[in-house]
Amino acid sequence: MDLAYTQEHKAFREEVRSWLAANVPKEPLKTFDTAEGFQQHREWEATMNKGRWGMVTWPEELGGRGLDLIQWLIFEEEYYRAQAPTRVNQNGIFLLGPTLMEYGTEEQKARYLPKMASGEEIWAQGWSEPGAGSDMAAIRSKAENKGDHYIINGQKTWSTRAAFADWTFGMFRTDPESSRHKGLTFIFVPLNAEGVTVRPIPQLNGHPGFAEIFFDNVKVPVENRLGDEGAGWNVAMSTAGFERGLMLRSPARFQETARRLVKLYQENEKEIDDPLIKGQVLKAYMDAEAYTLNTYMTASRLINGGSIGPETSTNKIFWSELDQNMHETAMSILGARAELEPHCSEARGVGSWLDGFLFSQSGLIYAGTNEIQRNIIAERMLGMPRA
Amino acid sequence: MNFSFSEDQLLFRDSVRDFLSNEVTTDLIRSLWETDTGRSQTLWSQLAELGLTGMLVPEEHGGLGMNEEDFILIAEECGRAALPEPLIENAMIAVPLLQAINHESTNPYLGKILSGEAKASIAHPVNLLVSDAHVSDLILVFIDKEIHAVKTADAELIEQEGVDPSRKIFKLNYKAKTENCVANGDLAERLLQETLNRGALAVAAQHLGLAQAMVGQCVEYTSERKQFGQAIGSFQAVKHHMANVAVKYEFAKAVVYRAANSIANQHPDAAVHVAHAKIAASDAALLAAKHGIQVHGAMGYTWEVNLHIWMKRAWALDKTWGSLGYHKKVIEKKVFADTNKIGAGYSF
Repeated sequence: MDLAYTQEHKAFREEVRSWLAANVPKEPLKTFDTAEGFQQHREWEATMNKGRWGMVTWPEELGGRGLDLIQWLIFEEEYYRAQAPTRVNQNGIFLLGPTLMEYGTEEQKARYLPKMASGEEIWAQGWSEPGAGSDMAAIRSKAENKGDHYIINGQKTWSTRAAFADWTFGMFRTDPESSRHKGLTFIFVPLNAEGVTVRPIPQLNGHPGFAEIFFDNVKVPVENRLGDEGAGWNVAMSTAGFERGLMLRSPARFQETARRLVKLYQENEKEIDDPLIKGQVLKAYMDAEAYTLNTYMTASRLINGGSIGPETSTNKIFWSELDQNMHETAMSILGARAELEPHCSEARGVGSWLDGFLFSQSGLIYAGTNEIQRNIIAERMLGMPRA
Repeated sequence: MNFSFSEDQLLFRDSVRDFLSNEVTTDLIRSLWETDTGRSQTLWSQLAELGLTGMLVPEEHGGLGMNEEDFILIAEECGRAALPEPLIENAMIAVPLLQAINHESTNPYLGKILSGEAKASIAHPVNLLVSDAHVSDLILVFIDKEIHAVKTADAELIEQEGVDPSRKIFKLNYKAKTENCVANGDLAERLLQETLNRGALAVAAQHLGLAQAMVGQCVEYTSERKQFGQAIGSFQAVKHHMANVAVKYEFAKAVVYRAANSIANQHPDAAVHVAHAKIAASDAALLAAKHGIQVHGAMGYTWEVNLHIWMKRAWALDKTWGSLGYHKKVIEKKVFADTNKIGAGYSF
């Protein structure tokens, strides 16, 4: 065990820090769940790509820097510290990217990954359907193999970023006789294809952060399939899936929230009337640190050739509840001002906590509800009997 | 940067785990409750033969020449096995303390602890009581900014009875005698904190092991026990209790291991890292006990079911080597000192 950064790590951190200091927009961008904000974020991704910061762990020929997971963590730490814009293409770079790296053909990697890194093509996820939420194996949307192309019919929902994105990925039933996890195929669909209708759904904050996608005889070439036909479930749940578990929420995000929470507490200390709040602030700091240390341990294991075990399913519960707890604490600190939008005359110092509070409610639901995660932990990690 | 244990460290851990699970059976633990000392000299000799008592003793002095990072995995196993013997107190706390004191009157004990012929106990002001003083030869007493070495034969000890039948705890009545002083000044002051750090970390590691052992027993029990025609472990209400404990101990592991690394490398924030470790691991172990008894139902409230061996150890250890309040204040001081020096990029 060696818990010191190398000289190379330190130099890399400096390089990231100085680039971000020179390039992060001075004014915060508008939310990417508006047309204008989406475009601003797409431009920011292009700026990042010019500096080759799109996805530092990817090979150079695919738009990355060929760096390891520790360097990725360092990059993320500096990124959040610099309060740089949230990544509009996270469904692409953090979710689909690692899966493509694992299952994609060389042609597919060359076709999709560089444009993903550059923000030229922004991806929406297409997991859920009206009848397939927590029970994802109940997918009914169909893709009919016609030799050189598929004809897709059906509906996806809660598709994050789909309101403004260019592409979606998801699982479709290619074997009409199949049921449950079998007969599903992982396919990419351009959202401007004929027969695709995107109907944005306003989220809790009123912005269309997700959408329904309707497929009416949509034709896509078979080259848009990732992995083998019928192997969609394995592609989605693959070892790359475990890496997604690692990458989806990097610890720096929560460390920075915890640090801002400590500052918020200090700024408001004289007005806080609940002595228990300080304990919650300390817990936020400790849990963000614990998540960080845990992630460094997992990253080290992967670098050393190990694999991520089923214990990684504890991650999602931990960070989502941490995020919710931190924002609840911030609301308590802000007291009567907590309900106010930042532009209000009485909203002194509320910052973006309300926005974060609303978003933190979704963390326990997306990427598999925490109840489903607890079942997975109990059954696959602890070996408890299935129902 | 490599936050991993080596193959060798893990193999050694595995061999100790196998040894403890074979030797420290619940039958043995229960039979020791019925003896005068509650301790087994046979088992102690075996632990010494494995080299465990001298893990932190340099190789040139006959030890294994390992450090706290190696030992943390062993301490976790001691918790998992609910080991009654004072291995941790000797190998992880007393041995480094004796080495640092390096006094002619105490040096001979090092070799004897290493060989299993002697034991030492620690009287630290953060603790109300001294554990295992009845089987120790020497008590190292922190008193008036000095460290005194008191032969157990000369000490006035009043036995106390606690919740954990395996724990042997004593009130020490000692008035400082100058001739017993083996360290003072800066050295004694430094060792006061370092010993507290080691003690608290040792509790954290045991809590980690205790929590995992309890969950293991619960999984076994709830897979067998049937109600409504099916194993109760198949019910989500039961599963989620166990999953919640698993989340707690998984996220305490890295914190505990890191604190061990910080002690081994004399990190300036070692006390902060230890405080976090004790808080996080205690949280896991206490939740394991709470949910553990719940999923065992009435069986969990009996003397017969073995779960209480682990629950009681967790409850008893929790209040030793610094209360949660003490450790939270250590964290508080760090967190509120300078918000520019905490958070992303400042963990290591």
